[in-house]
Amino acid sequence: MKKKIVYEIKALYRDDLRITGYEFGKGKKSVCIVGCSRGNEVQQLYVCSQLVKRLKKLEEEGKLTAGHRILVIPSINPYSMNIKKRFWPTDNTDINRMFPGYDLGETTQRIAAGVFGAIKDYTYGMQFTSFYMPGRFTPHVRMMKVGYEDVELAKQFGMPYVVLRNTRPYDTTTLNYNWQIWDTKAFSIYTATTTQIDRESAAQAIRAILNFLAKQGILTYHGHDGYRSMVVEDTDMVPVRTKTAGIFEGIVRVGEEVSKGQPLANILDPYEGEVKEQLTAPVDGIVFFAHDDPLTYANTAVYKLITREA
Amino acid sequence: MIKTICSVGLPVDETLEIRKRRITPTGRKGEKKQLKRISVVTGIHGDELEGQYVCFQLARRIKAEKEKLTGIVDLYPAMNPLGIDSITRGIPAFDLDMNRLFPGNRDGDMTEYIAAKIMEDIDGSEVCIDIHASNIFLTEIPQIRINELHKEKLIPLARHTNVDFIWVHGASTVLESTLAHSLNSRGVPTLVVEMGVGMRITRNYCDQLVEGILNLMREMGMWQGETLTPRVPIISENYQDVSYLNASTSGIFVPEVKHWERLKKGDLIGNIIDPLKGQVLDEVIAPVDGILFTIREYPVVDAGSLLGRILRQEALAGSAQEE
Ligand SMILES: [Zn+2]
Repeated sequence: MKKKIVYEIKALYRDDLRITGYEFGKGKKSVCIVGCSRGNEVQQLYVCSQLVKRLKKLEEEGKLTAGHRILVIPSINPYSMNIKKRFWPTDNTDINRMFPGYDLGETTQRIAAGVFGAIKDYTYGMQFTSFYMPGRFTPHVRMMKVGYEDVELAKQFGMPYVVLRNTRPYDTTTLNYNWQIWDTKAFSIYTATTTQIDRESAAQAIRAILNFLAKQGILTYHGHDGYRSMVVEDTDMVPVRTKTAGIFEGIVRVGEEVSKGQPLANILDPYEGEVKEQLTAPVDGIVFFAHDDPLTYANTAVYKLITREA
Repeated sequence: MIKTICSVGLPVDETLEIRKRRITPTGRKGEKKQLKRISVVTGIHGDELEGQYVCFQLARRIKAEKEKLTGIVDLYPAMNPLGIDSITRGIPAFDLDMNRLFPGNRDGDMTEYIAAKIMEDIDGSEVCIDIHASNIFLTEIPQIRINELHKEKLIPLARHTNVDFIWVHGASTVLESTLAHSLNSRGVPTLVVEMGVGMRITRNYCDQLVEGILNLMREMGMWQGETLTPRVPIISENYQDVSYLNASTSGIFVPEVKHWERLKKGDLIGNIIDPLKGQVLDEVIAPVDGILFTIREYPVVDAGSLLGRILRQEALAGSAQEE
């Protein structure tokens, strides 16, 4: 294992911003794994730290195939993490909306350019990322439909689901999108949580990555094979939306099977405690995403269901 | 007449409402349907306040000579009311830039729903003016920014608005989700004004724009009152016209020149200093001849922070503004 500084900026009064990477093995740039890019992505940081620990051990045991290099960057945004802000401390920009970056541009464009320069030539790219709404996910691999995404390859992670979604205008500035444009096979990996550590789904993600790397011949690993991934289009998921705002009382959890008509959650009047609205399952399905904030706004997709036929 | 265009219940005893004020000509009841309508929009970014005074002053000017009004004026002073009232640029709680949500979605989440309702309400306007005020970091000369996709239609309109500068910029996919792009794509010509600085009101800029909006209304047949002859704007359509000044290092930026000042290559624009060590970390030098149309307002800078923008002398030379 070699610890190296991928990118660095001097600050006025704070310690320098250091983006640190961990390199395993020697040879061609095979795999790059990026953890958190936003200050609240603690689970993403945790998963990477555990992965660094595992890879270090595997390397010591001689389980890494010669000729392959693996780079893990646990956080490209320690500055925001340390002050508990989601986006960049000064101008609130999102580093994951700045790729491929610009080395003569604004600060976060420079960070993106510095990081991207160091990671763009890898064969496989994996990023632990988060959703903008608070909630828990069924662990999955997510891919953007850019026209040449490799779904069969994504299945090799053995995560329960591979989710495909259409690109939206702002996606063109994400790391995942730019990796794909620069010919890296890129995957976004979602575990259950973001702001809280969930050890179980973190362990699952690490197994998935090690499994994947073993299947590509990059290392030797005999974990259990994981799932036969089900491929789901984002647009085929059935959102369950609140009509009203209030206190959110979830009844079912992520991963649960639900039948049509089954109560999923109550929205309570925040002062009088009465149930204002009960949400029920519109279809038979599996809970893929569940809101986990104690309050909810109106029109919010507090659940996303995958139908059994999907 | 004040009308709520969108209303959404919040979790705890509060309703989010977006309101507009409509001013209609007097005594033209029968022909209202045929009247042209101008929509003046501001406050999409909750920390940009220049448009507040523009809306106020524009309504006063129109009310004072109401008989001269021959079109409908819709004023939307607060597209992001939660943001304005909480000193937040984006939509609070969602941490989303509201100007990346358009055209929205009626069946989407709260923020997308709001964006869709806004689009519906403005749709059908003859013209829309979306007033921005840069951000808290940079001060801008009154200018209109135009996506090159829409320049044929928008430059002629922008010329009437009494701004100093029209900046035609390249198309970018990220900007497809702005209000202006969405309205322009739907056939409502929309001009984006950037002027002044965030969290402040610069009265002379606001007054300048009020004159410009009245003048535009006059040109479009919505206002019969007297208006000033508008300024002849500098128009830049070439991205090479603009030279960007980014901080070479983190520190405190102290300017040595004034905004909208003509500069010669090699002039000192300001210093980046380190108060702890008592050192000048970098001298910021004009890389080209030109005019400084953007200047850093907020002193703390990181490496990369924008300190200013210079419109090159070559771009000025072709313009009627050159004295
Ligand atoms: Zn703005």
